[in-house]
Amino acid sequence: MSKITERLTRFPLFGQKTVRTGMRYLLMILFAFLMFGVILLIAGIDPLKSYEDIFSSTLGSAYGFSEVVVSMIPMLITALAVALPFRVGLINIGGEGQLFIGAAFATFGALTFPNLPAWLLLPLMALLGMLGGALWAFIPGYLKSIGLVNETITSLLLNSVAPKIVGFLILGFWHSPRDTVRTPNFVDAARLPTFFGTRVHLGLVLGLVLLVIFWFVLKYTRWGLEMGAIGSNPQAAKRNGIPLAKYLVIVMCLGGAIAGLAGMVQVSGFYGTLFPNFSMSLGFMGFMICWLAGGDPLGIVLMAFVVSVIYSGGNLLQLTRGLPYAVINILLAFTLFIVLARPNFFKGKRS
Amino acid sequence: MLRKSASHTNLKPIVSMRAITKSFPGVLANDRLDLDLYASEIHALLGENGAGKSTLMKILYGFYHCDSGEILFNEQPVAIHSPHAARLHQIGMVFQDFSLIPALSVAENIALFLPQLPAVLNIKEINHRIREVSKRYDLQVNPHAMVSQLSIGEQQKVEILKLLLAEATLLILDEPTRVLAPHETEALFKVLDSLRKDGYAIVLITHKMKEVLECADRITVLRGGHLAGTLLRSEASEDKLVALMFEKKMATLQVNRKRDISESEVPLLELSEAGTRAEGSQTSLKAIDLKIRPGEIVGVAGVSGNGQKELGDLALGMIKCVQGRKFLFGKDFTNQSIQQVRRSGVGFIPENPLTMAIAPFMTVLQNMALTRTWRYARAGGLRMDWKAVKDDAERTMQALEFSFPLYVPARSLSGGNLQRMVIVREMTQEPHLIIASYLTRGLDVQSTIAARRALVQARDKGAGILLISEDLEELFSLSDRLIVLYAGAIAGSFKPEETNVFEVGYLMTGSEVQHVENN
Repeated sequence: MSKITERLTRFPLFGQKTVRTGMRYLLMILFAFLMFGVILLIAGIDPLKSYEDIFSSTLGSAYGFSEVVVSMIPMLITALAVALPFRVGLINIGGEGQLFIGAAFATFGALTFPNLPAWLLLPLMALLGMLGGALWAFIPGYLKSIGLVNETITSLLLNSVAPKIVGFLILGFWHSPRDTVRTPNFVDAARLPTFFGTRVHLGLVLGLVLLVIFWFVLKYTRWGLEMGAIGSNPQAAKRNGIPLAKYLVIVMCLGGAIAGLAGMVQVSGFYGTLFPNFSMSLGFMGFMICWLAGGDPLGIVLMAFVVSVIYSGGNLLQLTRGLPYAVINILLAFTLFIVLARPNFFKGKRS
Repeated sequence: MLRKSASHTNLKPIVSMRAITKSFPGVLANDRLDLDLYASEIHALLGENGAGKSTLMKILYGFYHCDSGEILFNEQPVAIHSPHAARLHQIGMVFQDFSLIPALSVAENIALFLPQLPAVLNIKEINHRIREVSKRYDLQVNPHAMVSQLSIGEQQKVEILKLLLAEATLLILDEPTRVLAPHETEALFKVLDSLRKDGYAIVLITHKMKEVLECADRITVLRGGHLAGTLLRSEASEDKLVALMFEKKMATLQVNRKRDISESEVPLLELSEAGTRAEGSQTSLKAIDLKIRPGEIVGVAGVSGNGQKELGDLALGMIKCVQGRKFLFGKDFTNQSIQQVRRSGVGFIPENPLTMAIAPFMTVLQNMALTRTWRYARAGGLRMDWKAVKDDAERTMQALEFSFPLYVPARSLSGGNLQRMVIVREMTQEPHLIIASYLTRGLDVQSTIAARRALVQARDKGAGILLISEDLEELFSLSDRLIVLYAGAIAGSFKPEETNVFEVGYLMTGSEVQHVENN
């Protein structure tokens, strides 16, 4: 518990240390790329060429860049779904499941009320998505608050339940007449608007606004203070009259609601339809990004961007270099390990 | 395998500790302590909690390193830097919470501890030795049984067997009877007696007078890290030991007792037949009847672990009554949340500020707001009025003449400053009821007086105070009424001027003999 809070407080929000921390992170990511280069060499592939491919395909063109932003949107939101419960010491690994249920609830809205105007339907779908995610997160949150089961385990296990339910709903009820493995395409009113003729959609604004709200709540409000106290020392917080159990349930549900919103954003903004494995581990990706960023909002944006670059570039690498898809996971894992290990020689260099 | 002492003359100590000094941050745990341990003797280390008994023995066992002083083994100076080194000198220790591995069998646990553990275990040989030794000292346990299935008493037997098979000749037992039922205690003393006859040296750490007089040959009393005295059993009496344990000191603060506590006023806190269920290492409270009236300080005496922490937590609402009821300010609060208790005007100064009162990673100022976030919230909670927090805190700091920084993380404060911080925070809200445990822990003389004065002033303004302490001087000088907790029940209730340290001391240590005539 104290380790988590230590990590959290080590990165003050937008503090003067942020720049220095950013530099440190960049160095670490470079180090991860170096290690990955060794793996590529072993596989008989020129690492420099591969990295050139990754960066030119993602950052080298406006289209590539917009695609990076598109894949970054749900990661931003799922990372926040981890960062918020993190503040009160809850480890929410259930983002994946909450995202699935949220997407299903939103899809229900899109399929049931296709005739509503967009200004009514989209908020309705967003609310439904959040409700679904919150319900899914309520289970681990409540069980934790009565001291029965650890939320880490329950939220993780529920991740394998949610896709089954969604699959059942799609295959059993919602599938389109022509295609049994996915729902019909959403009507236009159920699609989030996109910008500048790219696939970048309103979800980006939603994600960034949520991050700003998150930052504001933590820094300035009474609830941020009380959440900080719980994250720092739950026993003391309870003795000080802060309603611990209530906070645990509500914050976990809020985290779930945010993950559910990510599900809605993904089906409404990106796919325009729901199919069983639409997520591609976005929930876990968010968890990783949150840890990489130490729960810091600005860090979440940066790390989500880096991960998206790796992710989108990796997809291309797979096509052009004939590398198996799993290779990208190796690179992501390297990044995660090195950042979490926080090697000492970087600290030495800093001071 | 078993060492038999050649003589019972006990002329030369097998272990001598000379001028052992050890300080922890904020507290001098051992101050130039001398101790001689002889073969064929049970040596009791007696003292209140925090007197330095365990620290001294953990130094001997190599668990801590002393700041200065030396340890002589058979009159040769030795350096004991680790428990491993201690075991090479045939010193073994049984800790309060045992160190057995529950998932392994008795024989495996014992084998793990053998000094020369072979690569391939000869389980038969080990079982044989376990049987032999356990028969000799009446320590029968089934070597094949899983430790997780043993009772506490049996686990203790295994711990002792473990040391015997590892060829320890000096056994240190840290409060061995704390977890035992009376008949198990008796059995343990028989075991210790037969070990003594075979030449083992035994150190018994305890705060229970009765046990000391029952089985010890030599008694060393520690008080606040100092050596209060060493007596032979023949010289010792309960009176002498109590006097050594609780020295009567001069009161530093003259308190005028209020005489006009009216019995008719509605009590601020009333517990009626309140009982709790023990969870983990808690003590369960049994049918506590307690009333605190406005303008009254009720002192709670007792050796720590007898239910004081639970009493404070019960009053606060941290633990719930399983029986009986709790009233605050005349209203039934049995099932109310801590938040409601706090809001109705209850201040709580816990025994350990770091773990029980503060958020260590937040600043001192933020911590100051934690108990009353609703009071400082502006715009419905969207903003906090930090200036008001600061003004309030500084006003109380001035009144108490405390000073500590406000804009540093709370964990960077020293123990004394943490205590000051919590006192300031709790007094700022001018509570009607104050629950204070170990109010002056970690404070210097001046701050101690200031903190006590603050309590008295609050009382004079009509607040009620539950003062939990092990410092009898503090309790006698401040309390309007004094209760003694022993084993989760109220063992006695007095007016301080109608009793004395001895009577309270006897009740605190669970002595059955009442020496009321001994005024």
